[in-house]
Amino acid sequence: MNNTRPVWEEKPTAVGLAGKGAVLTVMALVVLIPLWSVLVTSLSSRKTINDAGGMVMVPKGIDASAYVTIFSGGIVTRALWVSTMVTVAGTLVSLTLTVLAAYGLSRPGSVGHRTLLFFFLLTFLIYPGLVPSYLVVTGVGLKDSLWALILPSAISVFNLVVVRGFFQGLPDELLDSARIDGAGEFRILWRIVLPLSRPVIAVVGLFYAVGYWNVWFSALLYIDSNDKFPIQRILQSMILQGQSPNFSGQSLGSLPPTQAIKMAVVMVTVAPIVLVYPFIQRHFVKGVIVGAIKG
Amino acid sequence: MSTETPVAAGTGEQLARPPDPAEPLGKRRRRPRVPLRSRLRRDWPLLLMTAPAALLLLVFHYLPTLGNVVAFQDYNPYAGDGPLSAFLASEWIGFGNFETLFGDPAFWDALWNTLTITAFQLVFYFPLPIALAILLNSVISGKLRGFIQTVVYLPHFFSWVLVVTFFVQMLGGAGLLAQELRQAGIEPPNIMTNPDTFIVLVTAESVWKDAGWGMIVFLAALAMIDPNLYEQSAVDGAGRWRRLWHVTLPGLRPVIVLLLILRLGDALSVGFEQFLLQRDAVGRDAAEVLDTFVYHQSITTGNFGFGAAAGLFKAAVGLVLILVANRVAHMIGERGLISRQ
Repeated sequence: MNNTRPVWEEKPTAVGLAGKGAVLTVMALVVLIPLWSVLVTSLSSRKTINDAGGMVMVPKGIDASAYVTIFSGGIVTRALWVSTMVTVAGTLVSLTLTVLAAYGLSRPGSVGHRTLLFFFLLTFLIYPGLVPSYLVVTGVGLKDSLWALILPSAISVFNLVVVRGFFQGLPDELLDSARIDGAGEFRILWRIVLPLSRPVIAVVGLFYAVGYWNVWFSALLYIDSNDKFPIQRILQSMILQGQSPNFSGQSLGSLPPTQAIKMAVVMVTVAPIVLVYPFIQRHFVKGVIVGAIKG
Repeated sequence: MSTETPVAAGTGEQLARPPDPAEPLGKRRRRPRVPLRSRLRRDWPLLLMTAPAALLLLVFHYLPTLGNVVAFQDYNPYAGDGPLSAFLASEWIGFGNFETLFGDPAFWDALWNTLTITAFQLVFYFPLPIALAILLNSVISGKLRGFIQTVVYLPHFFSWVLVVTFFVQMLGGAGLLAQELRQAGIEPPNIMTNPDTFIVLVTAESVWKDAGWGMIVFLAALAMIDPNLYEQSAVDGAGRWRRLWHVTLPGLRPVIVLLLILRLGDALSVGFEQFLLQRDAVGRDAAEVLDTFVYHQSITTGNFGFGAAAGLFKAAVGLVLILVANRVAHMIGERGLISRQ
């Protein structure tokens, strides 16, 4: 896109410009203020928090003791570890299976292509309800297993269609010449297709990873043991149900203020998303929209 | 839909393409006859690659879809050691669960809440990403556009637990707004627990989370409108509002229709986790929607057959709605969701 106003376009009016600026400012602030306020509160001392009345907007010094507390063992540390494991393992499983199936379905005319594609796409129209899904997941023995957070939702057909569309957009000559040289399909996928597909892999990988990091309801359904709770469950019970986190071995007086601890838990839940996402965002339009349109 | 959010990709535009444009459904090009055996010898790696994903869908999507037959059972989870043996041992009762369901006022309340919220959001949420995308598209500076996009896409990637948490911390009884109002000597209203304004609250949450991300499709569609159209209409004397009406909106029409079909097909889903998280704070009267009704009637109480009946009702109505909406789109000359050329 160019950065200049076309000559035929009329000059903007002062009112129009001000209105536009106001809307854009509000859009940005509505997202940034909550993040800022939670960040500052999580780094504030008891006195600052009490003076402000709960949420701090203006930082007065930095007190990281809330973070020290939540990272020094106990339920939050464990939940972060669980969520990290689920996210890493789940994203690996999902990406591998999605890429394989997307490539396997990328060649019209191969054996069973239409039937298989229909089998995948039909999932958009008909879906199982909550109850039968619950019965199947528990029936195959995944109750209280972290795999219950991964396997049932491991394949997103939407992501698969996006990846498949991207694969189909790659030049045929490239694949054909490799085939003539005697390369098998797995080798072509690994050596030629994947290196060319970094943007779409990055975007789809981010979608999967975010999904796993955000897992909450599946954990509510399937996970019974406290030591297998992902971080979203902890966040929910601490803030929305108002349960105090239990940090053993420390007397109450020596603990940082509850409010700072709560906000620190919010921050560590947000942080991986905020840190990873800007690197992948530039691929969004290229990877997703193009893939979706071609798909 | 039980697994509504586990994978973040489920944004509205997921069906934004015909099944396979490479192969028109009607006339299938006859390929030169290659015997199946040699085609198999050539294609078996592709089948092998597709198999694991297909297997997962079979087990965790199609098997439960068939499992909906428990809606016709008086399913007793304790009749066997596991769901399968319990299923085999449970008694078939025909449409008994559906009769109970349609006679249950709580079901009609939940349905009413769901439809009201859908209608409300169709008016106050749906047009917003379109308007914002048009506004953002008119910003000349690429840097500013990029910055705004980065910021407003972000909440889409937050979990509902986080979104509700942010709202509690900002607008709740002990939140930032209440604290500022109190310091100004005003007694703050408790926005997070008021059932009367709940519909506005959930819509605000949805807007905060997803209206920014919703722009992405419209921005892509706007970028594909031929700039010459604008120039020509400007030369012909059309002002910016007439250009918006005669060039921009017609350019966006296919996407708008498509998303509208998807939204209508999903009229009975208004977001599950969002409501489950807030149902206790606000109360059932305002916050019980069909999905939370199914959850509380089945998993919480153990009344699985009844819950399955409610879920099956929802899925069946959803399927009919989406097919009808698609049909209507065809009738008004749009390509729609499932194209049939």
